[in-house]
Amino acid sequence: MVPLNWYLLLSAVVFTIGILGFLTRRNIIIMFLSMELMLNGVNISLMAFSHYMQDLRGQVLVFFIIAVAAAEAAIGLALIVALFRNKPTVHVDEMNDMKG
Amino acid sequence: MQYPDINPVLPEIILIAAALLVLMLELFIKRKETIGFIALIGVGLSMCSMFYVKGVVGQETFGGMFISDGYSAFFKIIFYLNFYLTVLISLKYLKIERALRGEYFGLLMFATAGMMIMASAGDLIVLYLGLELMALSTYILAGFLRHKKKSNEAAVKYFLLGGFSSAILLYGISMIYGLTGTTDIRHLAGLLAGGGIKSSPVLLLSVALFVVAFGYKVAAAPFHMWAPDVYEGAPTSITAFMSVGPKAAGFAVMGRVFLIGLASVRIEWTTILIPVAILTMAVGNIIAISQTNIKRMLAYSSIAHAGYAILGIIAGTQEGMAATMNYMLIYAFMNIGAFAVVIMLKSEGLEGDNLSDYEGLAKTHPVASALMLVFMFSLTGIPPTGGFMGKFYLLMSIVNAGYAWLAVVAVAFSAISAYFYLRVVMYMYMKESKETPVLSVSPAIGLALIITVAMVIAMGILPARFIDFAGAASAAL
Repeated sequence: MVPLNWYLLLSAVVFTIGILGFLTRRNIIIMFLSMELMLNGVNISLMAFSHYMQDLRGQVLVFFIIAVAAAEAAIGLALIVALFRNKPTVHVDEMNDMKG
Repeated sequence: MQYPDINPVLPEIILIAAALLVLMLELFIKRKETIGFIALIGVGLSMCSMFYVKGVVGQETFGGMFISDGYSAFFKIIFYLNFYLTVLISLKYLKIERALRGEYFGLLMFATAGMMIMASAGDLIVLYLGLELMALSTYILAGFLRHKKKSNEAAVKYFLLGGFSSAILLYGISMIYGLTGTTDIRHLAGLLAGGGIKSSPVLLLSVALFVVAFGYKVAAAPFHMWAPDVYEGAPTSITAFMSVGPKAAGFAVMGRVFLIGLASVRIEWTTILIPVAILTMAVGNIIAISQTNIKRMLAYSSIAHAGYAILGIIAGTQEGMAATMNYMLIYAFMNIGAFAVVIMLKSEGLEGDNLSDYEGLAKTHPVASALMLVFMFSLTGIPPTGGFMGKFYLLMSIVNAGYAWLAVVAVAFSAISAYFYLRVVMYMYMKESKETPVLSVSPAIGLALIITVAMVIAMGILPARFIDFAGAASAAL
């Protein structure tokens, strides 16, 4: 059996890639994808803990996270489309109507 | 098969059912004010059921995942008030913006239901679901004026940073779960008190992650970057809604998670929260000075007020939590009151959110200026308004908890805040007006202003009543 540490390491790596992607990329779609990567990093660690402890709570939370992430994707992409109609860009640096 | 007792969740069930009904009625009813009226009735029913449920205090259901006690009831009262006052100030404003649609009320109800679930969460899973229900509804509401670039921009920024913060919250939850094998907040407290894992660095990491995630929700520095842009771009009525509701909900979960779940690592989280509180007060009060847009100024003011309210959590006592809860109630009235005046200035052809629009307002509209004066005094914390008493109880609790120096810092920043709050008053009373703005007055907004101004003054004159109420509610914690 693969030891728990490996899963946790994978989860931490995926989560960190997500954070770095979110902070360094300037394309809204890529930032959004990085956010999903962070969520999936969390899912990996929850599943690993859940399997390791033979406890169902973690898996229940994973299902909720997947469901919420789907809703989040629907809303997020809708908002991005609404923005794109008024301002044809997906670059956050060009979202500068407000400053101060 | 045994079914769980649904009595404690009755207010949330009724609220969500009413919200779904409102969404459907949008298709059939042409007069959108009617839908708003139906929404008000639905929320009223939910509120009645809450008082019915409250008769049997201390109820919990779903194996302790959902707790309906005095503590959650107090916060739910704030959320109901927030909903009612927001609807009252929205009607005319949405008509001017040509955005009066049924979904607006449905989404407000969903967001309120999310906040109520957060306040009642006895388990981190329920906490997360409530938080997302609230956040997802507010993202859409922030972008509700979909033909305005600013509103779109605000919604996308809010969405990106909100999603980022909930991913961080989830990582914290997964670490806690791995460490203790539970997500139940009270069970967690028992396991941590047992020792052993208390000194684990993983626990420290998850405490830090919780501070970051809740800090985003209450707009505490350095996690406040989204607040000014989102508050400025969102429809003004929604700015009022989200500067009170999600903030109060954030403090509700902070109280439960930090004061119960993580009570045995109190030293660790106070060490993180103290610099956060000081930085929040500093950023909010100092940057607000340079703002020329009143919505932006109120955004920084709301950051500063989050800083004051964190002090009650840092005190870590029941007295401190009661002071924070009392402060959130006062803040709901004075902040929505101030936004109601800002909304009145918005009319066809005038944006009305620049400070210069307030020049000489006292000569043309003495009543509106007098109301704004009361709200600004209350936000500064000048007696005999509620804002003063709220700050007084917060500072007293933090001094009693042994952080007298922190109270001194808070008072110093509060003195700085007088500059930008009283500048609005100075503009209204001591400058000559260039043009005469037309106020968009309606009976609904008048009612909202009467309620808020009466409560701001009542809470300043009879503070004991309200702090006793908050004290009794926090005793359930």
